[in-house]
Amino acid sequence: MAIVTPLKTAAEQQLAQQYADAKAELPGGPAVRKLREDAFAGFEAKGLPHRRLESWRYTDLRTLLREARPLADGVKATDAVKARLAALKLDGLRLVLVDGVFAAELSDLDGIPEGVSVQSLADALVSPREDLTRILSGPSVGADDTGLMLNTALMRDGVFVEIADGVELAKPVVIVSLSSGVEERSVFHRSAVLAGAESKATVVEVSETAGDAAQQINGAIVIETGDGSEIQHIRLVTRQAAASVQVQSLLATIGAQAKFDSFALVCNAGTVRQQHFVRYAGEHSEMGLRGVNLLGGSEHSDVTLVVDHEVPHGTSRELFKSIIGGEATGVFQGKVIVRPHAQKTDGGMKSNALLLNEGASMFNKPELEIFADDVVCGHGATVAQIDGDQLFYLMARGLPRPQAEALVLQAFAGEAAEFIADESVRELVMSEVEAWLAAREANSQVSTV
Amino acid sequence: MLEIRNLVVKIADEDKQILNGLNLTVNDGEVAAIMGPNGSGKSTLSYVIAGKEDYEVLEGEILLNGENVLEMEADQRAAAGIFLAFQYPLEIPGVATMTFLKAAMNAQRKARGEAELLTPDFIKQVNAAADKLGIAKDMLRRPLNVGFSGGEKKRMEILQMALLSPSMCILDETDSGLDIDALRIVAEGVNALRDKSRGFLVITHYQRLLDHIVPDTVHVMSQGKIVRTGGKELALELEKSGYASYGEAA
Repeated sequence: MAIVTPLKTAAEQQLAQQYADAKAELPGGPAVRKLREDAFAGFEAKGLPHRRLESWRYTDLRTLLREARPLADGVKATDAVKARLAALKLDGLRLVLVDGVFAAELSDLDGIPEGVSVQSLADALVSPREDLTRILSGPSVGADDTGLMLNTALMRDGVFVEIADGVELAKPVVIVSLSSGVEERSVFHRSAVLAGAESKATVVEVSETAGDAAQQINGAIVIETGDGSEIQHIRLVTRQAAASVQVQSLLATIGAQAKFDSFALVCNAGTVRQQHFVRYAGEHSEMGLRGVNLLGGSEHSDVTLVVDHEVPHGTSRELFKSIIGGEATGVFQGKVIVRPHAQKTDGGMKSNALLLNEGASMFNKPELEIFADDVVCGHGATVAQIDGDQLFYLMARGLPRPQAEALVLQAFAGEAAEFIADESVRELVMSEVEAWLAAREANSQVSTV
Repeated sequence: MLEIRNLVVKIADEDKQILNGLNLTVNDGEVAAIMGPNGSGKSTLSYVIAGKEDYEVLEGEILLNGENVLEMEADQRAAAGIFLAFQYPLEIPGVATMTFLKAAMNAQRKARGEAELLTPDFIKQVNAAADKLGIAKDMLRRPLNVGFSGGEKKRMEILQMALLSPSMCILDETDSGLDIDALRIVAEGVNALRDKSRGFLVITHYQRLLDHIVPDTVHVMSQGKIVRTGGKELALELEKSGYASYGEAA
């Protein structure tokens, strides 16, 4: 078979030029520099991910990224950025990135609880710690992803949070990643949260753009959870221009007898590709990946996950709820790998989508790769319309159709958010869901008048 | 007053005609029972009055207090005073019963141009009505009808009927799936709502419900029409003779 060398697209050439121009000033010692070089070489060999790669089949980044925008340079703390920060009502340890760069002056560094250390990723990258490249690399199942390689090559900043053994945080760590959105820019940021043994914390990531200009965002977060820890990671991806393109990677490694949950809400965010790479490093751990996608217009949301049961006695649950209207597209690709010696694995994966109209689409692709023989694993994927009998029941009690629909849809989405332990975070998530549904209800009332 | 004139209805996506020129009047204060064999169109009638979309009305009209309800959506009919107690109440996961009750009561008040209920008043009303029906507080906190027993679901229907205070109540096979104790509680709940300004249409296959909710009139329905009308003694007659002479399918 002939080897086809793909022609370089304009965006790929621009990215190569940007890396060549920026690499001397990107932070990091020799080890980090090598990590970047290897990652960029990997990207150059493969190019931007495209639909002929199975893991990117429904999100052709090569087509979506016609041009790579210039790299964002420096913190642009515009009034709009400050207004968004003021509007975000969530108590906790607030750490702010603006255009991918840690903004100490906008963060709450006086409020760092005991047992927690915070530094910028740029500072962490030049620190002499030996485990840095191991931490940054994350689970091996993400190693050959070119979206992630680009992040590794070009990551400029982020936050590096360490929670000491036994520390329980009463309030969440809130990482707010805002783009100023004054101009069309590309942003590469990465953060890390290292949670010690027996620690307990909620980590919230908020990704928004304050201005109107479409952004190209490539973000990643590394989370390592220590033995016996209980960590919840909640991500809100919203308030982006319709033409924005975003790749968000989660690299999670779970210790023994730990509980790890991750949840993501995607709404009003243009094109979003989330990829979760999760590895069990210790036995008897429980992990849940959940999410809600609320899509309209020509929005596109892709959730691709790879869960690697490397050790026995791991429990994994995935539950993704998508509500899709307009011409929007939802994608769920879930792969659960059970290695030969990972006996007694208990896995359950579900993706449920409701299509609100013709023209909306959903692609579900659950995959189980099971090499052990004593496991319980299942998956289910549904694509449906709103249940007409449920609607009739609610309308027969006096609820007008839009309100009845909103109630059914809110309940549908809410199931994936129920597990969120921190009440203020759960309320914030559900208030975003309600706002999206209310906007839809208002639109449908206008159109029926 | 509910007046149904020459109602002809088919299933929307099929050619199957279910109601074939049905005429029926239920006066204010009257409890009318409709009895009939399986497949005679009893449940279809209740759905068509309440405004379910799966049917197409080919001819006739349904008037509530002189107003044609066929032009209205289901929610508008509810606000106008029609209440259907479902044979199989729907489970709505994720919607707390209290949230649903408040939304329903306020939606109807809004449609009638009334102010929203204040939360303390709402809770007081619900608790009082729930007590009468033996509905535990715990049930009100659970998602609507999810995991409820058959009897609990029917009691929840009567609770909604009491709170929404409709002028025309339709009970579709309310006795199905109830043991005798649950049946008595449900019937007592219904009887407590009997009022000279409120009409009832009680649809049932069996006579036993009518021992507890004693009707003023009994109609026999067969093949999509009312074929006979009489007093409460007609129900007893049917219990003895069965529906054979009215075309009960074997």
